[in-house]
Amino acid sequence: MRMAQPRPDAVFAPWDDPSETPLIQFKNVTKRFGDFTAIDDLTLDIYAREFFALLGPSGCGKTTLMRMLAGFETPTEGTILLDGVDIGPVPPNERPVNMMFQSYALFPHLTVWENIAFGLKRSDMPKDQIGDRVERMLKLTQLGKFAKRKPHQISGGQRQRVALARSLAKAPKLLLLDEPLGALDKKLRHETQFELMDIQESTGTTFVIVTHDQEEAMTVASRVAVMVDGNLAQVATPDQIYEAPTSAYVADFIGDVNLIEGAVEAGSTGTDVAIKWSATEEPIKATSDTPPPAASTVQFAIRPEKVAISSEKPDAANVMEGKILDIAYLGNISTYHVEVAPGLIVKAQATNTRRISRRNLTWEDHVYLSWTDTAGVVLTE
Amino acid sequence: MRRFSWFNATALTFGFAFLYLPMLILIIYSFNESRLVTVWAGFSTKWYGELWQNEAFLDAAWVTIKVAFWSSTLATVLGTMAAYIMVRAGRFRGRGLFSGMIYAPLVMPEVITGLSLLLFFIAIGLDRGVVTIVLAHTTFAMCYVSVVVTSRLVSFDQSLEEAALDLGCTPFDAFRSVTLPIILPAVISGWLLAFTLSLDDLVIASFTSGPSSTTLPIKIFSAVRLGVTPEINALSTIMILLVTLGVITASLISRRSALKAREDERKAMGG
Ligand SMILES: Nc1ncnc2c1ncn2[C@@H]1O[C@H](COP(=O)(O)OP(=O)(O)OP(=O)(O)O)[C@@H](O)[C@H]1O
Ligand SMILES: [Mg+2]
Repeated sequence: MRMAQPRPDAVFAPWDDPSETPLIQFKNVTKRFGDFTAIDDLTLDIYAREFFALLGPSGCGKTTLMRMLAGFETPTEGTILLDGVDIGPVPPNERPVNMMFQSYALFPHLTVWENIAFGLKRSDMPKDQIGDRVERMLKLTQLGKFAKRKPHQISGGQRQRVALARSLAKAPKLLLLDEPLGALDKKLRHETQFELMDIQESTGTTFVIVTHDQEEAMTVASRVAVMVDGNLAQVATPDQIYEAPTSAYVADFIGDVNLIEGAVEAGSTGTDVAIKWSATEEPIKATSDTPPPAASTVQFAIRPEKVAISSEKPDAANVMEGKILDIAYLGNISTYHVEVAPGLIVKAQATNTRRISRRNLTWEDHVYLSWTDTAGVVLTE
Repeated sequence: MRRFSWFNATALTFGFAFLYLPMLILIIYSFNESRLVTVWAGFSTKWYGELWQNEAFLDAAWVTIKVAFWSSTLATVLGTMAAYIMVRAGRFRGRGLFSGMIYAPLVMPEVITGLSLLLFFIAIGLDRGVVTIVLAHTTFAMCYVSVVVTSRLVSFDQSLEEAALDLGCTPFDAFRSVTLPIILPAVISGWLLAFTLSLDDLVIASFTSGPSSTTLPIKIFSAVRLGVTPEINALSTIMILLVTLGVITASLISRRSALKAREDERKAMGG
């Protein structure tokens, strides 16, 4: 999984700085459609210059959240502040917010050039500067050659870039991208993701992006919010979300994970936690900053790539024995499905460094799985 | 280019023949030398000349065109507005009743529409003349326009309007610069439909016209009762010509406006 690398210079983390005022504040926002609650008492701060990703299953309310920011829906309860000002009564056309629609919503009767100029003509930008600005946007999105074409005369990827250029042209304070790269092939999507990050860095615009692709969220975002049923399950940086999910739901939603249920054993000291997961096997040794009370039921979550697999018994904090049920060959890595107890399958991932290097491991083999005591997380929810 | 096929060609020929053969015969006989409508006696344009002398017909033609123009224009504005509201307003109390009331005149017998309008005009003390025919035609043509425009609007992607608002348009500006240009072909065909309906309406016009404001259909109808004359053929030919011209002009206008918009853009780019 790729992640945004921490910048070499000062760490960008305004959410940790209590003196920072957020650009956007959702305060106990609820949105109902009839008697259906799409957003349920949601409170969220988003800071200027952030690249904020919204992740969550279909129908959890991501688009609704965006549409409230753009002004197409009004909260049933609660307030949304932009720069400290309640934007409830501000109509969409007066908000310093632009939205890139999931469907692109390009004006079919206008050329690429006219589409990009559309918002500028309705701003107070002097007429003679509009041309320059549009040219800049065309250059940025590499659309110069298509300026005179209509939307139906260009490809899907080019259309997506027109939509992006159009929403960027007015240099809004806040740019909302609703699944902006959904229609692109993997390669073009990666290119565009980095393009987006470049744009974000050079313009300083705040981005809120909705995506179904968690890898995309991990790549571009400064912070990720995982939504479920109209509420936030967790809001954190990509590495925190991945390494330290606060709930089994988030751990399961982001990436691949092994979840083992068990009970906390009595007599743990400090941050150590021992989890009894089977009557006959050794308990799992793990650590937690907030160790749950003895006898409470917990989920132990560990990523497959943190589980080592070997045919000889290794020397590690946690070792489990099992039988290979299945091997998924994914090119650079292989995932082994190992049955460690009746009905309990633990996945282990190993990189294929040399071609056919792990030929010795195959179906039905008896193997050992191992990991350190800090490799997984203990989840109480 | 589609491949040529005999089936397509035949279907097309029959279709067009069905639509235009009667008109073609009418046009041909308008150039007939003979006074007898069904006997061909050589080419002549004398009936057109005679028609030109016929003040009553000329007056009626002028009234008809005025009525058709104004009523179709009014009907287009009102019908488009009604369609827009019905499609955009979503659910509100009495929506079903409201939309039913817009479409009711479609199925209402013309005699009843005409009669009720007549009673209405008498009740409010409006003298019957061009104005009353325009109003009457507007009422019934409006629902046709509304049907045509509605069917276009339901397939119109509403996010386009939202995008316009998002980019700084007021709701009216969004309608004018995004919605209207995109649905314009439907609006124009609605206008043409209204124009044609008004041109050939006999029943409602007879209820609402006054002594000084006879329309061509009324004139032709009363003349035909005394027998079909080549003069009437000539008159009808002129009407066909006018309608055709109207259609061509309308499409030219819409194309010109598109060209002009492009031209403006070119200038903006140069400057
Ligand atoms: N106008 C509306 N009327 C009624 N229900 C709505 C309306 N808009 C959204 N909803 C409901 O609210 C919920 C959230 O919708 P939303 O579009 O925000 O989901 P989403 O998270 O964007 O999903 P997806 O990932 O599929 O785009 C859904 O269950 C949807 O059915
Ligand atoms: Mg959505």
